[in-house]
Amino acid sequence: MNSTISNFDEFMDGLWKQNPIFVMVLGMCPTLAVTVSAVNSISMGLATTFVLVASCMLISMLRHAIPKEVRIASYIVIIATFVTVVDYAIQAISLDLYEALGAYIKLIVANCILLGRAEAHAARNPPVPATLNAIGMGLGFTLGLLAIGGVREIFGAGKLFGIALFGPHFQPWVVMVLPPGGFFVLAGWLILFAGIKANKQRKIDAEQALKGAQA
Amino acid sequence: MTTQFVSSTTLIRALGLVAGICGIIIVGVYEGTLDAVNANKKIALERQVFKVLPGAKRVQAYDALPNGITPAGDRDAPPGAIRFYAAYDAAGKLTGIAAEGSSAGYADQVRVLYAYDPEKQVITGLGVVSMRETPGIGDKILVDQDFLRNFVALDVALTSDMKTLANAVKTVKHGTKANAWEVDAITGATVTSKAVGRGINQSAQTLLPRLVPHISQLTSRD
Repeated sequence: MNSTISNFDEFMDGLWKQNPIFVMVLGMCPTLAVTVSAVNSISMGLATTFVLVASCMLISMLRHAIPKEVRIASYIVIIATFVTVVDYAIQAISLDLYEALGAYIKLIVANCILLGRAEAHAARNPPVPATLNAIGMGLGFTLGLLAIGGVREIFGAGKLFGIALFGPHFQPWVVMVLPPGGFFVLAGWLILFAGIKANKQRKIDAEQALKGAQA
Repeated sequence: MTTQFVSSTTLIRALGLVAGICGIIIVGVYEGTLDAVNANKKIALERQVFKVLPGAKRVQAYDALPNGITPAGDRDAPPGAIRFYAAYDAAGKLTGIAAEGSSAGYADQVRVLYAYDPEKQVITGLGVVSMRETPGIGDKILVDQDFLRNFVALDVALTSDMKTLANAVKTVKHGTKANAWEVDAITGATVTSKAVGRGINQSAQTLLPRLVPHISQLTSRD
């Protein structure tokens, strides 16, 4: 039923048009909690991307084998499996990172982006578009986390990716790395995107009004 | 969509299939990463111990039980036991003991690792294992030089019967430290400073009476 949508569109969907954070406003728990630094944001984003891509691929491949009566249970088991995989992988890569991300890795299971994508997309599409869509969504999520985490790290610690930006006299804006900072920065980005969208709409309306007046 | 009857065997078979695939994936990854995870844990522990005991080259974990000390296995410390780490220098000589103390801070448990010098019976270093204290306030315990100077020679000598500390470690208001067993708090971060003092006190009160009578077991090693 999605034959009109090209693979490229599937990919771009999550990255921009349907960005999970800024457009769909999904997965707010990790968005607010782990974005204290750019590195944490990217790691969390990539972990989620991996789970999303792997589970959407498997769900899409098994979509004819899973009766709809037991689909939610099956999706959750599949998602939980890949979260466990990521959990072990991160422990094997770096314990510092594991400590920094803490319970939020396990909480990927409950991230609504995952079940949302599985139910709304992967279960209805063949593996290739499902995977591409998942990659786009995952990267869109990562980008969103990075946008928030980068701003919080710059203001809250005077650093980006751990590199000091402002020299020794910088006074950190501590609230930015505390929980309220997550809300402030997310709100700031949402206002910015809403503003751009409203501006665009106003231009389209003005053009149409002009055309209407000419006709 | 037409509703049609689906037999329970179909449903169970589908769930069994999904569970089977997932089980294989999980077990495979667990087996595959086990060595790397254990190696990482060991490195992380050694790094923490070496930070508080700079001369150390090798670490051996022990459990302190009420009736003595035994080398620790791979598992977590058994109930009632206290895990501690004996650190040795390149020549195999005991350079010190590291143990963990924890107490409730402002936001969450503040877990610290302290270094103990069995000859002088003092605490000689402090490191933080984990904490969620307010950045810029509570986390000063990591960098505040005045505070860290408390742990250059913090007195934790035992009474002569080796049953308890001669003087309990106590956190006092900034600038009022008068005795070697007192911890001078950081102004504005009193809650976290107190958590550190309390964590060390609790841990040392239990660990040292079990450890000190058997210390020769550690020094005569190798």
